[in-house]
Amino acid sequence: MCGIVGYRDQGMTAGNGGALLRAMTQAIAHRGPDGDGHWTADGIGLGHRRLAIVGLTDGQQPMADPEAGLVISYNGEVFNFPQLRADLEARGHRFRTRTDTEVILKLYRQYGADCVTHLNGDFAFALWDAPHRRLLLARDRMGVRPLFWARTPTGIAFASEIKALLCHEAINPTLDPFALDDIFTHWSPLAPRTIFKDINELPPGHLMIIEAGEPIIRPYWRLDFPDATDVAPEGNEDATAEAVLDLLTDATRIRMRADVPVGAYLSGGLDSSIIAALAARETSERLSTFSVAFESAEHDESGFQRQMVSALGTNHAQVLCRNSDIAEIFPQIVEMAERPIVRTAPAPMHMLAGLVRDSGYKVVLTGEGADEIFAGYDIFRENKVRRFCARDPKSERRALLFKRLYPYLPQLQRQNAAYLAAYFGVNVASLDDPLFSHRPRFRSTAAAKLFFSGDLKAELSDYDASDALAAQLPERFGRWHPLHQAQYLETRFLLPGYILSAQGDRMAMAHGVEGRFPFLDHRLVELAASIPPALKLRGLDEKYILRRATRHLLPAEIGKRIKQPYRAPDSEAFAASAAPYIEAALSDAALARTGMFNPRAVKALREKLASSGLTGFRDNTAFVGVLSAQIWADRFAVSSDLNRPQAA
Amino acid sequence: MTAQDKIRSFIVENFLFGDADSMIENSGSLIENEILDSTAVLELVAFVEETFSVQVADTDIVPANLDSVDAIASFVAAKASDAAA
Repeated sequence: MCGIVGYRDQGMTAGNGGALLRAMTQAIAHRGPDGDGHWTADGIGLGHRRLAIVGLTDGQQPMADPEAGLVISYNGEVFNFPQLRADLEARGHRFRTRTDTEVILKLYRQYGADCVTHLNGDFAFALWDAPHRRLLLARDRMGVRPLFWARTPTGIAFASEIKALLCHEAINPTLDPFALDDIFTHWSPLAPRTIFKDINELPPGHLMIIEAGEPIIRPYWRLDFPDATDVAPEGNEDATAEAVLDLLTDATRIRMRADVPVGAYLSGGLDSSIIAALAARETSERLSTFSVAFESAEHDESGFQRQMVSALGTNHAQVLCRNSDIAEIFPQIVEMAERPIVRTAPAPMHMLAGLVRDSGYKVVLTGEGADEIFAGYDIFRENKVRRFCARDPKSERRALLFKRLYPYLPQLQRQNAAYLAAYFGVNVASLDDPLFSHRPRFRSTAAAKLFFSGDLKAELSDYDASDALAAQLPERFGRWHPLHQAQYLETRFLLPGYILSAQGDRMAMAHGVEGRFPFLDHRLVELAASIPPALKLRGLDEKYILRRATRHLLPAEIGKRIKQPYRAPDSEAFAASAAPYIEAALSDAALARTGMFNPRAVKALREKLASSGLTGFRDNTAFVGVLSAQIWADRFAVSSDLNRPQAA
Repeated sequence: MTAQDKIRSFIVENFLFGDADSMIENSGSLIENEILDSTAVLELVAFVEETFSVQVADTDIVPANLDSVDAIASFVAAKASDAAA
């Protein structure tokens, strides 16, 4: 994996373009510590930072196919490239290297822009087709690899990370207040919007074609589910389990292709344990695994990690994440994430990637994606219970089921049925609401907007981030089963918008580490989408079919583990910290400078943190969100209409 | 200061961090408006007991008694009346 940059700009020459490309690649040097490369011609420039994983000696980029007049700068991996190469060779194509990069070049020659539909992998690339004066930008289906772009006065610029775009003199860091509202509602800006005004994300599964005239952006893949009326009650359970195991095994196997050793994350949960178990079978060497442990017992899963290490006999390394570590590295986290975040969970992932790198590895397999495609998250079970309660809102017993969903939240265990029903919005929920499953989460996150300044609230006017998200739902959404609707919301929005980016790619690539995600192989995603809901969420048993398919791989205790969501200490990580950046970010002067938040309310929030701690969801969201937004604005020298002096 | 005023003031200072502009009308639901979450109810109960000198039983802790300023005020008045009877 690597980093890419470039531009298509009539105002640029090969001369001034070279300096820009060098600045842009330097800004993302962490993504590719193994080298860099630049290519320019009139009006077009491509740059590359290399993390050498495949074709260590012949994989330099940008890579050209001089015969066809093609040049590519490519970030990612195409895992089915041996098959694609064999097929292309059978069609008469000849190869100079052993790389997947060259396979994309030949594939483009064969199929044009539709070449992406043949790729099984995680990628973002820019391909210049000189004969047709066409620039093709493409991004993988699930959004593993990032790609951003912005207009310039005479063209566009693009890059793997926004910090590279900001090297362009015409691209300025300005707050998009609507993206801030998005983050304070559903944890991430609603693509293509980013937190930087006028800087766009190319959405997952999309192509962008720049020829004469306006760029064309179009999807080449969509997440889809069968109509609820077409869903079989349970299907053939044995055959489904077998198909899941076969495909997951293959998805893991092809993700171990590399010219460097491949390790695996091991959280102690079901998903990473399955991947580690499958990977251990695929390698003749001892598998190396990596995990993070927490000082706080509430978050720590070391016991389960040790159990899996013992069962698989891996070489294991662990990094301990203390509250003070989170506070210490938090500004770096925000800088790498390039946006405000409402949870600290990316910080331990950053430390984990550092451990991988320090151990001499640069590729790891992870279990990310299983909860989305096989329905593992609590929100799916919550959706089911809320629907059950909403069918008889007067019931005095139904709402007690919420206690079963959240055994790790002691304050919920103390509540009676009436309060549980109220907290989960049972009485006010509309079963026709397309966001039914996620409404409580969006509402409780959005409560942290209490801390927005009056100016920001005025700027946002009647903008509603939930409505904006609902407006992006496909027409067919209403025909899907309620579980599939909830899975779509997780997989299409939170997964690329937060899990794979702020918590995923950006944290791993800060250390030049490439994550690989067998559960996000699009063949498996499509299979999982076709599996009847009752085989994914059976009663309140999450990931039923996945457990069934893999139970022979794992110790019984791991295979039957109740999902413990990955969490990290939030505001408590900062309670005892005297780090000067906290005062610098949250002082009245700093808050006045950015204009985003209400200084009096933020001061009271800090006082509460210092005196009694913040226990509620809203207050933790607010503290982490406000602190990170302030750091973000400072680190990127962000301007906004909120802090601009008014004209006299 | 009426009971409603005392309750409003407590909620603004403790759950809205002093932001009176975000306070809702007295009949509005504190939970539906995300002012009160599951960790805050016991703080509210402690306030009611200490400020109005009433005893709140576990069975009293239900939204019908505590989910709006008006509901809390009525609950307190009823409790005081029970105690006086």
